[in-house]
Amino acid sequence: MMDLNPKNLSATRLFMINFSRKKLGVICVILVSIIYLVGIFAPLLAPYDYSETNLLKTQSPPDMENLLGTDRLGRDILSRVIWGIQTTVIVTITGLLTGSLILGLFLGLLAGYYRGLFDFVVMRTGELVSSFPDILLIILLAATLRPRITKMFYSIEDNLNISGLVSSGIIDYLVIGIALLPLSWFGTMRLIRAQVFSIRNVDYVQSARTSGASTLRIVTRHILPNVIAPLVVTATFGLGAVALSEVILSFFGLGVQPPRPSLGAMLSDVSGRGGASVSVLTNHPEQLLSPIIVIWIMIFCWNIIGDALTDILNPRKN
Amino acid sequence: MLKYIFKRIIWMPVLLLMVSLIVFFLGVYGPGDPIEVQLGNNYDQESADRIREKMGLNDPVVIQWLNYVRKAAVGDFGESYVFKNREVSELLIPKLIVSAKLNIISFVIAIAIGTPLGFYAAVHNGTVRDPIVVIFSLVFYAMPVFFTAPFLILIFALQLDLVPAAGWGGVFDKRIILPAITIGIPGAAVFVRLIRSSMIEVLDTDYVKLARAKGVSENKVLWKHAFRNAMLPVVTIMGFSLAGLFGGSLIVEILFGIPGVGRISLDSVYSRDYPVIMAIVLLGSSALVVANLIIDFLYTLVDPRIELQ
Repeated sequence: MMDLNPKNLSATRLFMINFSRKKLGVICVILVSIIYLVGIFAPLLAPYDYSETNLLKTQSPPDMENLLGTDRLGRDILSRVIWGIQTTVIVTITGLLTGSLILGLFLGLLAGYYRGLFDFVVMRTGELVSSFPDILLIILLAATLRPRITKMFYSIEDNLNISGLVSSGIIDYLVIGIALLPLSWFGTMRLIRAQVFSIRNVDYVQSARTSGASTLRIVTRHILPNVIAPLVVTATFGLGAVALSEVILSFFGLGVQPPRPSLGAMLSDVSGRGGASVSVLTNHPEQLLSPIIVIWIMIFCWNIIGDALTDILNPRKN
Repeated sequence: MLKYIFKRIIWMPVLLLMVSLIVFFLGVYGPGDPIEVQLGNNYDQESADRIREKMGLNDPVVIQWLNYVRKAAVGDFGESYVFKNREVSELLIPKLIVSAKLNIISFVIAIAIGTPLGFYAAVHNGTVRDPIVVIFSLVFYAMPVFFTAPFLILIFALQLDLVPAAGWGGVFDKRIILPAITIGIPGAAVFVRLIRSSMIEVLDTDYVKLARAKGVSENKVLWKHAFRNAMLPVVTIMGFSLAGLFGGSLIVEILFGIPGVGRISLDSVYSRDYPVIMAIVLLGSSALVVANLIIDFLYTLVDPRIELQ
């Protein structure tokens, strides 16, 4: 018999059991995992290269050769979607690591633990960043940074006598990564900080301190485990926003540059960075719908997973 | 309380000053030369130098920034680089009005759809109807506007021929309907979730239970006791929508060809028309900051239990 008494279960087991009860959440985890695996294994899965054109077969409807048809340059849409997902995977994971984990968690822990001047500076900086209209700030940052960063990379290539750095597309990811930074860190940081505030003076932290534990040990052993739950929740909600922002940036031609693939760039390809792409929807729906359905599922699933996590991890409810 | 509001009001101009500093820095650091933008093909060294001197571009950046702030504080954002001899404020005001109209109508649509659905879901909490409403609202919430816009145009403009596909004619023109719905749909989904969760919370409180126990009719319980209290979170979203006047409708404005702030912000970023960009960012930030202050203030008015600190 499986023992389902919550008292005898580890926190992780309990979490897994609670989560498995959220059917929609589980479905979404599976869907998101599939999308991410597709992105990671894009080189193996994509039947064609993302930039491979076939001018003899443009705008063709789906057939056996091109399962989702081809775009106006005769590029295989399925392959472009798969490679585009890879871009989303890279951007969201970078966003997660830099924004949520490094800046959000790190600054949140420090500000919450040390308070004082450090806390003041971090909080005011955060308020400053969040008082910008976010889409506008992202667009502005991306537009301003790209030429500078491109120039920097060219000079690095020249000085080190290497090539391929610029053409590898690393600039796109760097620009997107920096432009999206303001979006993700402050929410996480504020939450972690509040959590640290509430536990920095509880008995076991106090006793660890009096028994001579180092600050590092107190933070990593006693405080960190308590902030994991809120971190996971905000990070999950943040991922959807990061993915969508990359799509928007690339749609406006400020993110991933052609011919490299991005779901947003595919959208702007069919709609010409303006007009509402109605003719595409009537004549070649697969060109518009393929990237859109992936985006739609991804945003939907991140929200559902975030909701499920909030439900389970919310300390007020337990 | 008063002290808190006072502190926030003092902090506001400091915040905006720093916003302007950052944008100004981005303008200086960013690529391109404003004179090149302004002169276009007529660029020659001599006239460039003359204009540079006249515009004070040879001064130290800090001086330039201070000069800019001094003028901006009284509403003078300078002249556009791209549109010759046009004041930025004169350029922006009509666009702002267009965006404001669009967003207010979207907001009304979002409330009109979202509130009853959220209420419905909360009242039917525990039956299958609740999760159905919730899941549908999440599906609509995640629907990319890149899809909503062409889809609505296809159905309502081309198939049913009820409204024109794109363009702008003000609030009482049929052309506002589709873009307003496009913005309103995700907004409505937000209201559904907000009102649902806060209704469920309120329905579980002691005073609602007491009202039911003493035999108040169900209708009266729902409307008088529960609904009023559940409307509290709507106040927050109202503020965000107000601030969203700038960011939120950007893409939709472009998809529908609406001459609002969205179009001009993007164009000015592309053409590096910095006076325009700076004015938009400054106005947008001011709106956000003021909105946040109002929300906090309204919160304490609506619910005296909340104390500001």
